[in-house]
Order: sequence, then structure tokens, then C-alpha cells
Amino acid sequence: MTATEATSALGTDALLDLLRQMHEIRLFEEAVQRLFAQGLVRGSTHLCIGQEAVSVGVCSAMRPGDVATCTYRGHGTTLAMGAPLDRSFAEIMGRANGLCGGKGGSMHLTDVGVGLLGSFAIVGAHLPIAVGAAFARRYKGEDSVSVCFFGDGATNIGAFHESLNLAAIWKLPIVFVCENNLYGEYSRIDLTTPVERLVDRASSYAMRGRRADGNDVLGVRAEAQAAFAHARAGEGPTLLELLTYRWSGHSRTDPGTYRPEGELEAWKERDPIARLRDKLDDHGVDEPTCDAVRVSAERAVAEALERAKSWPEPELSSRFEGVRSD
Amino acid sequence: MTDTTYRKAVIQALADELAADETVFLIGEDIAAAGGVFKTTEALVDRFGAKRVLDTPISEQAIIGTAIGAAASGLRPVAEIMFADFAGVCFDQIANQLAKYRYMTNGQVNLPVTIRLINGAGSGFGAQHSQAVENWFLNVAGLKICVPATPADAYGLLRAAIRDPDPVLVFEHKGLLGIQGPLSENGGAPDIGVAEIIRPGRDATVVVTQLMRQRTLDAADALASDGVELEVIDLRTLVPFDARTVGESVQRTSRLVCVQECQNFGSWGASVAAHVLEQQFDYLDGPPHLIGGDETPIPFAQNLEEAWIPSADRITTEIRRVLAE
Repeated sequence: MTATEATSALGTDALLDLLRQMHEIRLFEEAVQRLFAQGLVRGSTHLCIGQEAVSVGVCSAMRPGDVATCTYRGHGTTLAMGAPLDRSFAEIMGRANGLCGGKGGSMHLTDVGVGLLGSFAIVGAHLPIAVGAAFARRYKGEDSVSVCFFGDGATNIGAFHESLNLAAIWKLPIVFVCENNLYGEYSRIDLTTPVERLVDRASSYAMRGRRADGNDVLGVRAEAQAAFAHARAGEGPTLLELLTYRWSGHSRTDPGTYRPEGELEAWKERDPIARLRDKLDDHGVDEPTCDAVRVSAERAVAEALERAKSWPEPELSSRFEGVRSD
Repeated sequence: MTDTTYRKAVIQALADELAADETVFLIGEDIAAAGGVFKTTEALVDRFGAKRVLDTPISEQAIIGTAIGAAASGLRPVAEIMFADFAGVCFDQIANQLAKYRYMTNGQVNLPVTIRLINGAGSGFGAQHSQAVENWFLNVAGLKICVPATPADAYGLLRAAIRDPDPVLVFEHKGLLGIQGPLSENGGAPDIGVAEIIRPGRDATVVVTQLMRQRTLDAADALASDGVELEVIDLRTLVPFDARTVGESVQRTSRLVCVQECQNFGSWGASVAAHVLEQQFDYLDGPPHLIGGDETPIPFAQNLEEAWIPSADRITTEIRRVLAE
């Protein structure tokens, strides 16, 4: 399916919903940045501003029963999977009503109820876990799939190779989504990785590989749909490399000074939100309608944040709960 | 009840759980077609099929991660790490993922994962295939650790581990695979976390696991001829630690000795000793004593390896000396 076909396959309401999700993710991340400055968030956080189309495009192609795993840069995927804004904010602020009761934090947002099996903070470590989720689906005779989001940096760690190999040899229903934002922490990809096209690594595992523009939400969605169809048909995994860019540094202490001059600005010209608005314009949706989506997203995010701030810290006794189920 | 071997007890436990629960599956290197390098999964693939007994590539991270993801999706995996030393290859998956995943998500996932690891020295496998590595995991909250020494305990604890709703590491000692014993002792299967007094005595509490069990019983026989009666406790499970059985024994004997197949610093014996010092100090007639391996990797040559592992003679000599102090 081409991106144009994907556009036409979606009605105006569905397209506006993709726009809403991308706005909410960006506004959420901007709010998290402010919360840090205000001292309301501890530790570190890893923002996905600029990469919203990856999570929204892929997750929009998922069906009930499908599951996702993602990284510590996972706020966007968490929201795109359908986790509530308020409980996501609350988790990052360490509140009792947070998604994980305040035990996980920014890097471990999890909402199993919406199919988000977890956000994992050791680079590459969740790839084998996502393979296991795919294995279980086939073992139980379900036709659901496992989607695993990770960054370009993860393609140089052993767990990546073990996971792709096992998923390929067992033809498991999994889609490996590589968000190539060109930097593994502070290091440019060409300084750490001898292949420019990470998707080429799929061929080492005789695996279907696709490379696409990660800032085009409809193109991402179309690639995800094709990969899911391949997986559901029992044809095995896909490595889907999506080219994108993080507008902020690796984490809150990183100003991103290692980036060449003009690079960020050039990528901002390819803002995934602006590009979807252009598509909506082509689709005959007027500007006030799109603006209204943004305004409504601003209100939703602001209200969710106020709710989260009003919630209490966890009970001290809760720290002993959840280690084991007995 | 007829005797069986430790190895056959393991196979029987796996077979019984595979038969009892469709969600149980086995995953590991050479466990299916080859029946396991130590033949502890022999013929299970013939009985239960390739869907449920799966050979993998040599990929320990993928084995354990697959088990974690499958468990989070409602299955009950039993993963094998062929030599326990290889746990180093997948330490992240065990210590950072498996152990922490449930807690970090506030209990959103249940992880009924069993990992079987073939442990231990004495067979001439050299430094990278011989270490008893259960101590690596003592400082990781979220894991239960079983160390069976008899066919009955291997059978009972492995079944209990597979049925347990949480992660359990079961260390099977390669030096014990051939020993014989009944499949069920004392009328039932042991629960995880329950130690056993395997020889009652009044003069010292001696805590052991696995290969050290028989050597310490031999030492106890030798000391009995001097009129010294050791109370020998097989822990069977390191985590959760059966503090009550050990503590009550020390209250009776006033002495604690731990005999272990590992260096003493950073060991389970050191943790047991610290616990007893805190809880039973007033009952003790002397400091706890640890008998362990040297602080070196395990050497290959037979005489060097045998010198590394506490022998019955060394255990006898050290306990005699400690009790004379």
C-alpha cells in the first residue's frame, strides 16, 4: 500500500485523530521538559519530539490483541498505544496514580491493559522479550503480532542480533521497528556503525526489510500495515527502519552540541505534524479544523497535567508490593 | 518407593509438568533432538513434540528474553542454561529484566519463568564450565533460588518452580546427576523456601547445599566416632532463606558452620552467617565459620580441582578445630 492509498483509505476523522495524537505527544513532551525545569520530575528523561510519526503511524495500524514494547524514549509510543495522559504524567512525576504506581518512572512507562508490555531502559534488552511475546502468540494460535520499537544504537548490541536471528529462524509474528534518529546517545551513527542503511542488517537473517521516511505518518502506517500482514500470514518478521530525528538532546542534560550546524533546522523543515497538516489540506480539510485539533489537544494535555499534579505521592508501604505475586 | 537418579528425577519433573499444563514449554540449546548435553531432557521432544520442546541457536539472551516475553503473555516457560556459567552471557536478562520487570510495572505482568542451570565443579570442565554461580544472583531482589541435592528434591523443587507464579532459578549440580535415591522422601515434595535437617545433632549446626551435602554427612560420620554430633541442614532453597530452621538449630547447638562450593567472600554462607550473628548472637559459643573454595577460578587438573573443592577430610578437620576453640 502506498502512502497515498493509505491517506485515501482513512477518512477525515481518522486523519484528524492521527493529528491529535501527534499533537498530544509533542505537547506532553514539552510539558515534561518544563516539569524538569520546575523540579517536578526527578532523574532523567528522554524526549521524542520530532519522532511522533513513528509511534503514531505504527500503532495506528495495530489491532486489539497486538502488543508493543519500546525503549526509555517511549512516552510517544505509550500515548500512541492509548495510555491515558494523566496517568502517564503521574508516573513521570512519581505519583500514586501513575501507570506503574510510581515504581517505574519516565523510562519504564507500561500499560499492559492497552497492549503496551513495557518500556525498557537497557539498550536492546527488550528485543528478546518482544520475541517471546510473538512466540506466545503463535504458540496459542492467535494471529496477533508483537511490535518492538528501538533506536539505531540498539542495532550494535548483541541482543539485537540474537533476537532477529531467532525470530527469523522461527518465522515469528514480530515487527522490529528501528527508529533511526541518526544518533546513539551523543554519537553520530556513521561513527559507530559501518553500514549506513541499518535495514541491510535484515539480509543477514534472511528477513524482510523495509526502509521508509519516519516523519511521514501515513507512509509509516502503510509500511506497518504491510509488515503486520506479512507477520499475520505466517511469513515471519520484518525489520522496518524509519528515518527520523530527535529535536532535543539524548537526555535532559544533553544540549546536543555535537550536531552539525543547520542539521536540526533542516529536520524541523520535515516536521511530521506540519507534513500531516499539508496532507489534510490536500484532503480538503481546512486550517481552522486542524487548529481546533491542536487547541483541543492543548486543553487535554493541560487538564491531564493538573489532575496528575493533584494526585498524592505513593504510600510508603507500597514500595514492598509487586516484587512477587505471592 | 523405587530409587531413581537425580537426572531421571529432573526428566520426570519436566514430563509431569508438561503433561499437566499445556502452557508449559521447554526452551534451550540442544535440549530437544539431543536430549540435553547432560541428558536431562532426554526423549521429551518425542513425547511432547517440537512445539513444546524447542532447540534454540546458541543465544542465551534470546533464550531468557523469549521466556520472559512468553511468560508475560500467559505461558509458563522452562529455559535451560546448559552450563550455569553461561548465565554471565544473559546476566542482564536475568538480573535486570526478569527480576525487575514485575516490580517496575507495579505488578502488571506475572512472570512464571523457570530457569534451569547446570552447576558445579568436580567434573574436570575447567574454569568456565564449573562454577556454582548461584551467588551471582543473591543480591538481586525478585528471584527465587533452588539448589536441590537429591533426586527427591530435584523432582519436587523443579515441579514447584514450574508451578510458581514468579521467577525461579533451579541449579542442578552436574556432579549429582548420577546419584540415586527415592523420588519422594518424607511423604511429599518440598516447598520452595523450606530447608531440611538431614542429620540431627547437638554440637554444631552445619548448613550445606548440593555437592557439600554428602561430603559433610561423611564428615559428620567421622566426627561421630569422636563423640561429636553435627546437625546438618540442607538449605535446598537459598532464596527465600529458611531463617527459622537454621535459627532454631543454632539455638540448640550454639555453633554455625556453612560448607559451600564457592569462595567465602560474597557467598550465601556469608549471608547466612551475618543473619545468624544478628538474630542468634546470644546463643553462639563462637564465631560462625565458613568452609569454602579458594579465591581462585576453578582449576582444571584433577588434583588441583579436588584441592579447590572442600573435601570430607577438610570439612572434618576444620570443624574439629573450630569446636576445639
